[in-house]
Amino acid sequence: MNLAIRDIQFHRGRFILTSIGLGLLIGVVISMGGIYRGLSADALSILESVKADIWVVQQDTNGPFAESSRIPEDIKYRIKAVPGVADASPISFQTIQVERQGKPFRFFLIGYELNGFGGPPEILAGRNIRQKHYEMVVAKAMKIEIGEKINLGIHDYTVVGITGKVVSSGGDPAAYVSLADAQDIQFKKDNDAIRNDRARINSNLAGIRSLSPVQAKYVNQNIAGITESTHTVNTVVAKLTPGANLHQVQEQIRRWNHFRPISVEEQTKILTKGMIEKSRMQIGLFRVILLVISAVIISLIIYTSTIDKIKVIATLKLIGAQNRVIIGMILQQSLLMGVIAYAIGYGLILLTYKRFPRRIVLEAFDLQVLFIIVIVICTLSSFVGIRKALKVEPAEALGG
Amino acid sequence: MDKAMYAIEVENLTKIYGKGETAVTAIADATLQVKPGELVAILGPSGSGKTTLLTSIGLINEPTHGKVVIDGITVADQGWLPGLDLKRMRREKLGFIFQHHNLISFLTALENVMIALEINDLSPSEARSRAAELLTSLNLGHRLSSYPQALSGGEAQRVAIARALANKPRVILADEPTAALDTENGKNVMTLMKSLAVENQSAVLVVTHDHRMVEGFDRIFHVRDGLIVS
Ligand SMILES: Nc1ncnc2c1ncn2[C@@H]1O[C@H](COP(=O)(O)OP(=O)(O)O)[C@@H](O)[C@H]1O
Ligand SMILES: [Mg+2]
Repeated sequence: MNLAIRDIQFHRGRFILTSIGLGLLIGVVISMGGIYRGLSADALSILESVKADIWVVQQDTNGPFAESSRIPEDIKYRIKAVPGVADASPISFQTIQVERQGKPFRFFLIGYELNGFGGPPEILAGRNIRQKHYEMVVAKAMKIEIGEKINLGIHDYTVVGITGKVVSSGGDPAAYVSLADAQDIQFKKDNDAIRNDRARINSNLAGIRSLSPVQAKYVNQNIAGITESTHTVNTVVAKLTPGANLHQVQEQIRRWNHFRPISVEEQTKILTKGMIEKSRMQIGLFRVILLVISAVIISLIIYTSTIDKIKVIATLKLIGAQNRVIIGMILQQSLLMGVIAYAIGYGLILLTYKRFPRRIVLEAFDLQVLFIIVIVICTLSSFVGIRKALKVEPAEALGG
Repeated sequence: MDKAMYAIEVENLTKIYGKGETAVTAIADATLQVKPGELVAILGPSGSGKTTLLTSIGLINEPTHGKVVIDGITVADQGWLPGLDLKRMRREKLGFIFQHHNLISFLTALENVMIALEINDLSPSEARSRAAELLTSLNLGHRLSSYPQALSGGEAQRVAIARALANKPRVILADEPTAALDTENGKNVMTLMKSLAVENQSAVLVVTHDHRMVEGFDRIFHVRDGLIVS
């Protein structure tokens, strides 16, 4: 006969409630870990889907994710010509927020060259973008049907395909359009604004009397060119030929003095160490606080349940029960509660984690470590009760 | 090993609670012997030191002076004998019955008896069958799976007796076992203890303040203010 289990069976209502409470707490700890892993996975999602070796960005920036970066699109030709580079492709990124069905709808728009790379990593439904204009592939998470039209700026874009789990480092789902469309959306969002700009600059220039009519006309044309220039991208990604030396290629691009060639390894560091470090620490702190709270609660529960059992413990001592019988009862109860609470917490997260607004990644390692921590907390907590129990005198069984 | 002549031997037992001015001498210079199978009552008013005497013999309460020998083993001589495993002595040699039955609330009647057997290294299945047998012989066969709170006072006390007897102890110590029962049930409990003592050849020491309950005892000691007066 197992005293721990018999006691639990007798007080099962209380035990179940306590375990559920603890289970919820542990569930939150598990989901915190999952959110952290999800943050890392999200941060690296685009990096991994593009599968480039080098990210060329504006000089002195940590672009294109951590900082903004603008480089001319045609630098791709120069990069392609660097020995060791197999292919180079320009990409533009922008976060878009529109109204959709009356609610703000955010996503991360990726513009890629249709005959280059950096496009959707997979097509789950429909097809890839085939026409140079007004077609769009969206991530499944956006919950948009194929054939639906979305208005961005001046044009409607038709969804032709659905891709998988690509998100921005902020967790917004990704959508793809051709680079030309992306540039249109980015720079020509409002033609009126551009016309206004041009008119304003023109009238300012008209005030400069020292220009000859020929000079003025020349400047005018250039202004139109500048304000209309949309051939800018955020990054040009490059793939190396097999066996090429990454450092040599980087060195060569760096020597042009206007660009920073970031290797995937460096980009990973920028994304994980830089961008999500604070969130990571915040979540880590929450996890520790929750674990401490759990430890205090478990200790309190075990201690009060020991106090409740003082008479039983005294009676057991009176009839000569060995210390191991008493210690076993308390320790087993504590461990059982920990294991059941863990199972409840884990089960709960397993059932719900897909519905979390942010991605939850449950890693076996994290779960195992947490399980061990819970067991250690339960063991240490039960020492408090055991210490109390061992001090109980058998004479305490005598009183009414 | 020879059977000891006495199951209980108490020589000049004195118990003083506290120290200095607040010291209370609960029992003074008590001497008594009980043979196996003998039924002895200790009668005295409340506060006379009966419980103190019983718990000192029962290895619960350390005697201040004097000697206690249980089944030929000296357990106390001016305090506990060093190196003695009190718990082991209690579980192997002694059976306790108290005014309040002291059953474990989350165990059934059967399990309350089983636990006493299991801590004496009986397998659960042996413990179960022996406990069931014992309870059935005490007319509790229909109460095996009842929890203490569902038992009447007399039934609970019979379960406590079954637990005290389970290991066939040499010594049974009962402190006011009938105090919480009506006269009818009290008499039944006493009769039961008597017959079991004879059957098991256990020495039975019953403490009570109710002289109506001590009919048929082999010997009766009277205590008053910590002194055995007769
Ligand atoms: N743990 C204790 N500490 C101090 N005094 C005690 C303690 N237990 C009993 N006493 C005192 O010892 C005396 C005898 O008590 P007890 O043995 O319980 O008598 P009885 O069982 O005959 O009523 C009483 O005066 C009581 O107050
Ligand atoms: Mg008393």
